[in-house]
Amino acid sequence: MNKILEKEHFSDKVVKLVVEAPMIAKARKPGHFVIVICDEQGERIPLTIADADVERGSITLVIQAVGLSTEKICAKEPGEYLADVVGPLGKATHIENFGTVVCCGGGVGVAPLLPIIKGMKQAGNRVITVLAARTKDLIILEDQVRPWSDEVIIMTDDGSYGRKGLVTNGVEDVIQREHVDQVVTIGPAIMMKFVSLLTAKYNVPTVASLNTIMVDGTGMCGACRITVDGKTRFVCVDGPEFDAHKVDFDEMLMRLRSYNK
Amino acid sequence: MKKQTEMSINDNTIAPRDAAWREELRQSHSAKERTSIPRVKMPELDAAYRVTTCSEEVNQGLNEEQALLESTRCLDCPDPQCTTGCPVGINIPGFVKNIERGDFAQAAAVLKETSALPAVCGRVCPQEKQCESRCIYHKMKKQPVAIGYLERFAADRERLSGTHTVPAKAPANGIKVAVVGSGPSGLSFAGDMAKRGFAVTVYEALHEIGGVLKYGIPEFRLPNAVVDVEIEGLKALGVEFIRNCVIGKTLSYDDLHKLGYKGIFVASGAGLPRFMGIPGENYIGVLSSNEYLTRVNLMGAGRDGWDTPVLKGKNVAVIGGGNTAMDSVRTARRMGAERAMIVYRRSEDEMPARIEEVKHAKEEGVEFLTLNNPVEYLADDKGRVKAMRLQRMELGEPDESGRRSPIPVDGAIDEVAVDMVIVSVGVSPNPLIPRSVNGLEVSRRGTIVVNEESMCSSLSDLYAGGDIVRGGATVILAMGDGRRAAAGMAKALLSEK
Repeated sequence: MNKILEKEHFSDKVVKLVVEAPMIAKARKPGHFVIVICDEQGERIPLTIADADVERGSITLVIQAVGLSTEKICAKEPGEYLADVVGPLGKATHIENFGTVVCCGGGVGVAPLLPIIKGMKQAGNRVITVLAARTKDLIILEDQVRPWSDEVIIMTDDGSYGRKGLVTNGVEDVIQREHVDQVVTIGPAIMMKFVSLLTAKYNVPTVASLNTIMVDGTGMCGACRITVDGKTRFVCVDGPEFDAHKVDFDEMLMRLRSYNK
Repeated sequence: MKKQTEMSINDNTIAPRDAAWREELRQSHSAKERTSIPRVKMPELDAAYRVTTCSEEVNQGLNEEQALLESTRCLDCPDPQCTTGCPVGINIPGFVKNIERGDFAQAAAVLKETSALPAVCGRVCPQEKQCESRCIYHKMKKQPVAIGYLERFAADRERLSGTHTVPAKAPANGIKVAVVGSGPSGLSFAGDMAKRGFAVTVYEALHEIGGVLKYGIPEFRLPNAVVDVEIEGLKALGVEFIRNCVIGKTLSYDDLHKLGYKGIFVASGAGLPRFMGIPGENYIGVLSSNEYLTRVNLMGAGRDGWDTPVLKGKNVAVIGGGNTAMDSVRTARRMGAERAMIVYRRSEDEMPARIEEVKHAKEEGVEFLTLNNPVEYLADDKGRVKAMRLQRMELGEPDESGRRSPIPVDGAIDEVAVDMVIVSVGVSPNPLIPRSVNGLEVSRRGTIVVNEESMCSSLSDLYAGGDIVRGGATVILAMGDGRRAAAGMAKALLSEK
């Protein structure tokens, strides 16, 4: 049982929870995720860790209500408990001084991107962050990413905030303007696919953090399998980050619909 | 790998062969009387009924009368061979004769001397290949004593009586040891170490204790409630359990040292499910038996009130011929499959599954497409699997496993409609520990390399057993490893003291 310490609504459907999990807070690194079970008969779902506070013994999760379990988790209030939280799982992000790094995130993907932005900055990179969403209200964590970014570019589909356009427009402008050594992308699979297609065109190495269907999250079930460079890989133990240019995003998009009615 | 533990069964047992009551019991019936009794038949649920229920056990267990009669068949041999076939060295005649004299509690106590999980073993052990295969009755061309049924009877009797004997325990020695994984190997180790006076903590990555006994083996073969009682028994011995903690992730090997553990037993099991690498294997509706069984057994998928979804195929193919394949196909049948098929590349004779499981599957209407091997899956426009292409096979010369190897029959390919495929062709060891511990010797297959005697790895305080060492074996072999590791680690730690 893990107590919910804090809750903040980022938007109608996006909630930030600070959850008691002292061992995970201590062990986690950027890129790691946890598996959460909301209540006793709940399912196991993967959620990426957005932040952690070792002294307080807590981790921060940002959840978008998109289905049964995420809706139940988003409805939890401070003082209530999540039945189970296990982690940190997956491999940590490879962080080094690449030079110039573009970190681009869409929707709640910005939450797990935050610790990577921090890590990249601390490693001495010039960090350009591109935040994208459908509309102004869905842009999250802007204030938190600013201190760790040399530049923040905001893109909205409807032009209600920042520039009008897709995340790829923002990234392409940067690549055309200056030399970029590395791109990190986290967001909806379809967004990552198009970021990957774009950066492949310019030959910029790109890492994508994938959020597939999982059950155990420790390499046991194979529900999360994807094809990378023609080989089957497990997102939970081989990832969640992969060389985006080698990921078969179409297959991943298909597999994400496995349990859609 | 050694089959029998070093301990002689007449040392340290509460039921030695020379006990007066056993002498007396041996005199009570002649061998002729005993051997004229036919072997008992296990009462089973009717097949037509049982395919409608995932949770009710197929084997109903012996009643008292049946157990008394069956135990009378045992001749209490002077040199019993059955015990040499038991990976955990149970004093088999000792418990069987206790049943015969009607002391069921004592029978259970004998089982618990060497087995942490008697109610589990009585259900899932392949007795026909172990203890029962060595029974003297084979020499008389008769069916062996039903040791497995009797083991289950004694364990169930105790469970249902509500009074549990806690095995004798050495005084606490103050030494902390950690166990990674709460499956059969970890539980067996934990029980033995607790009895020796060690302070044992078991770390489990999942939210439930029991490992494969919970996520893998279906309730119709091994009810979760039976596993829970065995776990309660270990708690009564003082074993501490910590769930939701992944060693190698939540806590590292070094963290365990900092927490004061002097020995670590890794029993993290077989993780990664294997796939065949054929076209279409990642289509929707093609999944591993681990995923399928975990959803249904551990996560309650398909039951009212549980959130985890599961696909319910009408035409389901399970690829493989082992016990996990049988568990998967029989589960699919219970989840509503109209056509449930086993696809196996060799013939039925080579199938690794227990004969009982094959028999039960057939009774439940499972079709066996033997000498067939899938070569491709086909899908509809949404990526949902709709058919499999099967290559027909024939048997050639024996391969290194001693079984006749399957050879494709040229041009013989059939297409069979399916809407779900469960791939059950084996597992690879869980990579989390091998990847996270520096200096640990790991084989090419990813298993942890250990000394076969002591189960000690290349690191002096790290022992390992079960599927992380074997790559994929049975509950009872995993338990045997746990016992040997406990003996090995206890010897090392106590000599240091």
